[in-house]
Amino acid sequence: MLIMINLEHIVKKYGSKRALQDVTLSIPRGKVIGLVGENGSGKSTLLKMMAGLLTPNSGSAEFDGKPITRRIASRIAYMSDTDDFYTYFTVQQLIDFYESQFEDFDVLKAKEIVQFLNVPLDSKIKSLSKGNRGRVKIAVTLAREADVYLLDEPFSGLDPMVRDDISKGLIRFTDTERQTVIMSTHEIREVEPLLDEIIVMRGGVIIAHEAVDVIRDFYGVDATSWMVSLFRDGKQEGNVK
Amino acid sequence: MSIDFLPDKPIYQQLIDRILGDIMRGTLAAGEKLPSVREYAVEVGVNANTMQRVYKELEQMEITETRRGQGSFVTEDQEKITALRNEMKEQLITTFLQNVAAFGFTTDEIVKCLQERGADND
Repeated sequence: MLIMINLEHIVKKYGSKRALQDVTLSIPRGKVIGLVGENGSGKSTLLKMMAGLLTPNSGSAEFDGKPITRRIASRIAYMSDTDDFYTYFTVQQLIDFYESQFEDFDVLKAKEIVQFLNVPLDSKIKSLSKGNRGRVKIAVTLAREADVYLLDEPFSGLDPMVRDDISKGLIRFTDTERQTVIMSTHEIREVEPLLDEIIVMRGGVIIAHEAVDVIRDFYGVDATSWMVSLFRDGKQEGNVK
Repeated sequence: MSIDFLPDKPIYQQLIDRILGDIMRGTLAAGEKLPSVREYAVEVGVNANTMQRVYKELEQMEITETRRGQGSFVTEDQEKITALRNEMKEQLITTFLQNVAAFGFTTDEIVKCLQERGADND
């Protein structure tokens, strides 16, 4: 299996707080991976690290055998969990702006996704509903022909119809033969059918990394129950100490 | 709309059962073309890798066949579909009879019950 991203003993501190503690992780090509864990467990920091937006205090982060730097942005598409568009743009203008910023941006694909998600091209970003802004955000992200898509909470705060649309957009417009998707999420029950693998984080540490089929085949439960049992067993261990 | 999956069985397995059910009921006819992997994945809301595995396993079971450049088709071989139906029937009955025994019913008692049900439905 071809490894795309390789992290070795990554430590990241914000001041004296350790956001990531000794994280070692391999991400293969062509997988859809869910990143789960409580708030503050290090999911966003891990995604930013892989996107080259943060540098580790120690350890190494490599993409395709080379150290991850800010320049890796040309092959990795990162979608933050904040709404940081220029609100005076129309959807069309936003697409044009993205085209000027990213070499791998495919305008036709962007329009196709926006249409697939039923958002009018001529509407102003500021007049869009939260759901439609979520749709536009995923559209301009997936319109990049990147090797890896890093999505920070793509479903968070959106209603079920929008979540369903975004799921379908993800399946329709990514190619699992060559592209990898890593997304952080709290909606594990809903997102599980989209995933090949799940990474569970807690307190800046990866406590489990498993294939969804294995969880169901070997443990005989769905990802949600598996995760709950991980946390319960973890807490019991903590009590013994 | 996306479908709901049972929690205790791999999703690909549930999709295989779903397609086998469609074939046995005739919703998918012998020789009929299946949607592309991507289309079907979008329709039911699962990862394309999962759907790829489903199609591969159906092909290994010889229930579907892939024609180069054209996609996947349900087998035209009626014997294979009949064999599949018989096999599923046997499986259902075996599981059922295991439950019957586990709850302490006798097979005769249950057969009588089933016959009455059958008569009601006719």
